[in-house]
Amino acid sequence: MLNKYPLWKTLMVALIVALGALYATPNLYGEDPAVQVSGLRGVEANVTTLDTIKGHLTDNNIEYASVALENGQVLTRFKNTEDQLKARDVLDDSLGNEYSVALNLTPATPDWLASIGGTPMKLGLDLSGGVSFLMEVNMQEAINKVKEGMVGDFRGDLLNEKIRYRSVKDDGDFITVKFRKIEDLEQGLSLLKRRYNDLLFNSDDDTLTLTAQMTEAKLKEIQEYALQQNITIIRNRVNELGVAEPLVQRQGKKHIVIELPGVQDTAKAKEILNATATIEFRLVDTEGDLSAALNGRIPPSSILLTDKDGQPTLLKKRIMLTGDHITDATSGFDEYSRPQVNISLDSAGGSKMSNGTKSNIGKPMATVFIEYKPTERRDADGNIIFEKVQEVISVATIQARLGKTFRITGSGSQAEAHNLALLLRAGALIAPITIVEERTVGPTLGAENVQLGFQAILLGFGLVFVFMAIYYRAFGLVANVALLANLVLIVGIMSLIPGATLTLPGMAGIVLTVGMAVDANVLIFERIREEIREGKTIQQAIHQGYEAAFSTIIDANITTLIAALILFAVGTGPVKGFAVTLSIGIITSMFTSVIASRTVVNSIWGGKRLEKLSI
Amino acid sequence: MQILQLKETVSFMKYRKFAMVFSALLMMAAAYSLAVNKLNFGLDFTGGTLIEVGFEEAADLQKLRQLMEDNNHEDAKVQFYGSSRDVVIRLGLRDDVKAEMLGNEILAILEEGTHQKVDMRRIEFVGASVGDELAEQGGLAMLTALICILVYVAFRFEWRFAVGSVVALFHDVLLTLGLFSFLKLEFDLTVLAAILAVIGYSLNDTIVVSDRIRENFRKIRDTSPEEIINMSLTQTLSRTIITSITTLLVLAALFWKGGALIHGFATALLFGVFVGTYSSIYVASLVALGLGISREDLIPEVIEKEGEDQEEMMP
Repeated sequence: MLNKYPLWKTLMVALIVALGALYATPNLYGEDPAVQVSGLRGVEANVTTLDTIKGHLTDNNIEYASVALENGQVLTRFKNTEDQLKARDVLDDSLGNEYSVALNLTPATPDWLASIGGTPMKLGLDLSGGVSFLMEVNMQEAINKVKEGMVGDFRGDLLNEKIRYRSVKDDGDFITVKFRKIEDLEQGLSLLKRRYNDLLFNSDDDTLTLTAQMTEAKLKEIQEYALQQNITIIRNRVNELGVAEPLVQRQGKKHIVIELPGVQDTAKAKEILNATATIEFRLVDTEGDLSAALNGRIPPSSILLTDKDGQPTLLKKRIMLTGDHITDATSGFDEYSRPQVNISLDSAGGSKMSNGTKSNIGKPMATVFIEYKPTERRDADGNIIFEKVQEVISVATIQARLGKTFRITGSGSQAEAHNLALLLRAGALIAPITIVEERTVGPTLGAENVQLGFQAILLGFGLVFVFMAIYYRAFGLVANVALLANLVLIVGIMSLIPGATLTLPGMAGIVLTVGMAVDANVLIFERIREEIREGKTIQQAIHQGYEAAFSTIIDANITTLIAALILFAVGTGPVKGFAVTLSIGIITSMFTSVIASRTVVNSIWGGKRLEKLSI
Repeated sequence: MQILQLKETVSFMKYRKFAMVFSALLMMAAAYSLAVNKLNFGLDFTGGTLIEVGFEEAADLQKLRQLMEDNNHEDAKVQFYGSSRDVVIRLGLRDDVKAEMLGNEILAILEEGTHQKVDMRRIEFVGASVGDELAEQGGLAMLTALICILVYVAFRFEWRFAVGSVVALFHDVLLTLGLFSFLKLEFDLTVLAAILAVIGYSLNDTIVVSDRIRENFRKIRDTSPEEIINMSLTQTLSRTIITSITTLLVLAALFWKGGALIHGFATALLFGVFVGTYSSIYVASLVALGLGISREDLIPEVIEKEGEDQEEMMP
């Protein structure tokens, strides 16, 4: 029979729209004020932390709705913001430096919905308020540092093999080595070629010169490493900021995006992002009297530092090696499958280490992590005062004379080894980063944007609804149902896709899709009217209308989708949000305006004898 | 209800000379305006610092300008934004290393100078390199979009239609850019996004028309291409107008309700949809006609089995 869908098809359409509606519902529930406690520097919040938090809250008579341990963080929900703020202050004071305490708004999605993966849409910073930074890694500097290291390495290698050279220089694109004799050049070339297979060597017998150039692959590797390293360091620093749900993500080849929702004090955030951390290796002062030092009588050549548990250690003042010589640090296992940290140094660092350790075998060496943390205080010019924080992160016995590569074992668990490697790498920041873009949106503007976007969507919808109902009567109502289904599907899909963020231009995208989504129905309805005018029966006209308009709709939508996808590929931030809603809207609108509207039309008018149609 | 009840075919193509001259004049004017006025690029492209603040009562711009000057920010542009309590201050790029701290500094100056609690609404800082990169990427995006669409339309229809639709898109983009330069409206990232959406919309329209032209060429024999195009345009006219109305309705909603931040976006789309509708009627079909579109170009290739036709065609 014409214009009758089989039952399964009708049910399928209903099911899809119902699923969309189900996953769109979390957006209706709003948010609970919450406090999020997460561990710092490898410390993970656990059940004990949970109990401690409960204890502190009960002791201070602060009422809470629930406390839960999720992904190594403790999330406490409150009934109102007053309790939330009180709790934040209490926990911040009592938990100490190992934990960061952040205010948060958690979706108040009911458990049954959350358990099937229902979450509300993520709001972009232009709607939620907060700050986003774009940081650029100085790649030239990263490459220069590697080249500097290579010049040193070349010299060392040639000296060790007793090959005489005139000079080793960094000539911009090349590293140039000049020799005095042709034999030296040949020997040098074969030695260096053997050692550095990621370099391209060229030699000129006439000028007795050898040039080395980094391969594309090597350059890429250096840049990739510099980027990844910076991301790791920034993640750690951002965690220190105590921000709920921060985002640190690479963008392209040399940029890092940092989004800090809800952060207003951007000055502090910037200082922290720009702050530097370093590593120092020092010998432990084994002769000095620790208990005397604790009472204030520190030997003049020593300093007293503590580790993260507050355990004091007396160290020599002389620094054996600074962290900028570290080129890499990784964690792994030794031959007895004990966790270890492998450290690589540049050649200058290697010789320093070698000199420093040769007469100290058997003595303990400490690794000190130094960080400049911003304080609440400001100097006369209003600049934030930084506090130098030094912490002993490992003490290990020197087993042998150390060189360019060495390892630290016995530093505890695998997690601790991993953390130590991370901190060591942080001390060896090879490429400096700068903030190249900042966008801060205040909370009032954010809330205003949400309201404006919402009003625009409502008004846009309202206008189109009224217009369609007047112009196409009953069929106009069908188009309106399809439009509503479209909105529900867009919201449902946006909530379901983890990376999709709703921004103000994104809301504009939804409004625009509304206008354009009716187009498909207009095409179909106009076609049906045309067919009726040509004298076809009502059922044939409906059938023909849908069939003939279909290929037009597909063509028209695919070309718009091309534009939207290109926008998605090049756009960032809010503009990307526009591309996301537009793309999703185009796809869902094809479903709702062609298939869903047909389902409604078929079940109302399909297969009946009709003289007239309300169109 | 019906807006248009067309019994007769409208001879759109009769006015093609007039439309051609009209479009050419408009495009020339747009190009002239772009050459003379240039585009008023926003912060996204030029780099610099922008601070939007809200005061408790109406702000005195003169006083704020003086305040900026007193604090060695002579290049500061102080303007109202949306209302008399909201003020935007724009600063050019600085060579200082601490350029990213400028926003916070200005905020402090404002609080101190006005003795008012100033509500920080937004701070934007864009470095020089980012702006350049963005301008490059934006241009590239537009070009890629045009090429991809050209290829798709050529593949689905015919190269004459593809050229026609791309000329129409170029026409729409040029006129929209021209409007922005003529009215000295700020051209930022959201406007660029709007222009890409205009490309999508205008194309939508053009394809609907082209589709009908193809269909009619296949269905109706012994009619001149001009007549076919007239018929197709007439048949699709009410759809073209209704879709434009609904889209313009929602855009009007955005324009009035969307707030100052997306004013530029809504303006570009409103104008773009308007010229897009016009160009799908005149520019695209005109170009296809001018390139000599004919029935033979659009009927499916003759399959071997249909031998009768082939014999006739043989000498």
